[in-house]
Amino acid sequence: MKTEHNNEHYVLDMRDIGKEYYGTRVLSGINLKLRPGEIHGVLGENGAGKSTLMNILFGMSVIHNTGGFEGKVYVDGEETFIESPVEAMYKGIGMVHQEFMLIPGYSITENIKLNREITTPGILSRVAGKKLETLNMEAMNKDARKALDKLGMNVEEWVKVAGLPVSYMQFVEIARELDKENLKVLVFDEPTAVLTESDADKLLESMRMIADSGIAILFITHRLDEVKRIADRITVLRDGQHVATKNIEDTDVFDMANLMVGREIKMDSAKSVSSEGKAVKMKIRDLYVDMPGELIKGVDLDIYEGEILGIGGLAGQGKIGLANGIMGLYNSEGKVEVDGQEVVLNNPEKALKQGLAFVSEDRRGIGLLLDTSIELNIAVTAMQMQEQFIKRVGPFTQKDNKRIREHALKMIKDLDIRCTGPQQITRRLSGGNQQKVCIARALTLNPKVLFVSEPTRGIDVGAKKLVLDTLLQLNKDYGMTIIMTSSELAELRMISHRIAIVNEGKLEGVLPPDASDVDFGLMMSGEYHKVKGKEVKTDG
Amino acid sequence: MDKAKVLINRFGLPRIIIVAFLLVLLVMAVMLDIPLNNLISDALVRTGMNGILVLAMVPGILAGIGLNFGIPIGIVCGLLGGLIAIELDLYGFQALFTAVAISIPLSLVAGYFYGLLLNRVKGSEMTIATYVGFSIVSLMSIGWLVLPFTSEDMRWPIGTGLRTTITLQGRYERILNQWGSFDVFGVTIPTGLLLFMLFFCLLVWLFLRSKMGVAMIAAGDSPKFATASGINVNRMRVVGTMLSTALSAVGIVIYSQSFGFIQLYQAPMFMSFAAVAAILIGGASIKKANIANVLIGALLFQSLLVVSLPVANKVLEDVSSLAEIARIVISNGIILYALTQIGGGE
Repeated sequence: MKTEHNNEHYVLDMRDIGKEYYGTRVLSGINLKLRPGEIHGVLGENGAGKSTLMNILFGMSVIHNTGGFEGKVYVDGEETFIESPVEAMYKGIGMVHQEFMLIPGYSITENIKLNREITTPGILSRVAGKKLETLNMEAMNKDARKALDKLGMNVEEWVKVAGLPVSYMQFVEIARELDKENLKVLVFDEPTAVLTESDADKLLESMRMIADSGIAILFITHRLDEVKRIADRITVLRDGQHVATKNIEDTDVFDMANLMVGREIKMDSAKSVSSEGKAVKMKIRDLYVDMPGELIKGVDLDIYEGEILGIGGLAGQGKIGLANGIMGLYNSEGKVEVDGQEVVLNNPEKALKQGLAFVSEDRRGIGLLLDTSIELNIAVTAMQMQEQFIKRVGPFTQKDNKRIREHALKMIKDLDIRCTGPQQITRRLSGGNQQKVCIARALTLNPKVLFVSEPTRGIDVGAKKLVLDTLLQLNKDYGMTIIMTSSELAELRMISHRIAIVNEGKLEGVLPPDASDVDFGLMMSGEYHKVKGKEVKTDG
Repeated sequence: MDKAKVLINRFGLPRIIIVAFLLVLLVMAVMLDIPLNNLISDALVRTGMNGILVLAMVPGILAGIGLNFGIPIGIVCGLLGGLIAIELDLYGFQALFTAVAISIPLSLVAGYFYGLLLNRVKGSEMTIATYVGFSIVSLMSIGWLVLPFTSEDMRWPIGTGLRTTITLQGRYERILNQWGSFDVFGVTIPTGLLLFMLFFCLLVWLFLRSKMGVAMIAAGDSPKFATASGINVNRMRVVGTMLSTALSAVGIVIYSQSFGFIQLYQAPMFMSFAAVAAILIGGASIKKANIANVLIGALLFQSLLVVSLPVANKVLEDVSSLAEIARIVISNGIILYALTQIGGGE
């Protein structure tokens, strides 16, 4: 089977790839062609379908266990069906992982040669077979040296991986892939995410070197400037759709940002509201939060009375850490004030008592008592923090079941929680209804400021709208100040008055919800200030 | 049909199996001419005397420390209370209530420190608890030798230290069992004993519905949730441990009065296993337990022991040396079966 470009040779050609998980379409109509020796950037927001595409390429079991995929994959012009990562390796497709897959206690050589060791027959192997042949360390070291030299690494090959600097580990990973003789395609998954700037530069250089030796590189990233620097072509995915494939000369950082974020369906975005004259409800100064994977490194932010502030940004950049830190769930430092009163950090009890409430992104872990009734879930925090629903006789207390029931019934009605009754346990509720129980619990506290993290994660489209409408209504009817964190920019733009974008643990900027896609794209990839310089105002 | 299924699910297969086994034993007992009324009386007494020890499992499970294999700590405190009551030369209800009153503060203090220990070994509480139990029993074996008790009723006539078994005859032996007891169809109902146990069940039930009780259950159910709700999880675990320890202290006092003896030295070593087995058979899991689990569990477990022994004795009459072995096999077999049900009724 040849296409119309039959004069061109592709090492990898993925045609019309689609994938459904349990009836939810996550990929459709993706075409990806790789020429030998090119660096091909794959761009997309979280959830755009990058990882699913790679899972398909590597024949991961999550793909095969969920009904396979649509479309065809050609390697070197030959139709191929890759059933497992091992097979992908034999076909010459390698990957440098985001999290290093190295064994710390082994030397660099041993890591590079793991499971592909060079062996010579020994006494034992004659009796017990090939598995017990002796390692030929000399040949292995030589191979490892060769691979390391290709990368310009002068570290000794017998050094143990444990204790190596992060960038070295990254290079060992790459060396391991290079050592595979038939390597044709090498996938880099966010390789610079963990590196310092100078190390990242070095990495990009060696990527260029590898490509020049004829190996095609798939470069998955959201750092647009790096793509612009080294890629030959780019492919942009959005919401599982193939948006564009372009030569790098035909595009620039703005264009890429636009393609990455761009909206196809026009939705009502909230009107940007001038913050002038409004009282500051919450003041955040120099906040640091030590939440693993979502570090906040010095954020200053003012939240105005009665606004919905959206907090956006890519995964791992820190946006989740903000609410968790202020609520005292992770160690934090800095100064936070509500209504002029300083919030005690690192103490959930004090934070709650000062009128903050939190709907966690970890609904099933932190948000709910899964085997407890809806009514008690709604009441428990208010019961503990504010002595609501408590009957008291001297030092003795009893929960007030009647009032708990009344309140739960009211909440079930107000928020339209679909359930068999207030006594149903929350484990049996659907995601959307579980989320509403979490919101009901937070509302029961009558908070001054409500934090909501990822309110629509893992719930279906219809329920998403209901949850967002609920938040909007709370804001309108009661003037509640809401800080909503979400990975989905679209929903932030739907209901927030202002949107703060967090990048690398710092506040990149605040945008109005009707700002252009380009601005959002640039901010989320941390390019905004580099590109726009100082002449653009950053506050909405 | 569906309704029956729901009922069976509710009650749980393990309990149905145990009940079926119990019924088979009862039928065998009738066939072997073992008087049923005595068996039932015994079962009721044993349920009552073990009930509070089983109840002691509930706060531990709900606070998140799992099955409290460390109840020997409380038991030792209860024994001390009993001994002090004798030392003070008290009789009757006065002696019994003094023993309870002394053992509670002792066990609360011990439970506090034990709770601090358990907070440092989260995730492996049950193993640690088992060995803490063993250690405290061994430590107190020295204690019983050196504590300065002087009552002649308790000391060895020659030498030093306390006797292994101290009779309560004439002091408060079976005082609760006999209080208000009456006979129905030849079955003696130990009214006072059962009421006393139910009273403690009521206290625990009330506690679980209090503000602190709700906080404790939340902390045990999901520490992350509890933390986010402003609950101090470690403190709640300590509270649960203290309660569990105090209940086991009261439990052993009640046990001793019904048994008629205070047993020292190695006797408390394996008492936690019977309590654990009973609550598991009652349908509790390492995460969930309620008062019904305690009552059903204590009744089923003790009834099984009471009925199986005479049946085994009769069946193995000719080889009397085997009867004792049969007793151990049966009681440990039931405990083993109960431990396999650790997942609970779900």
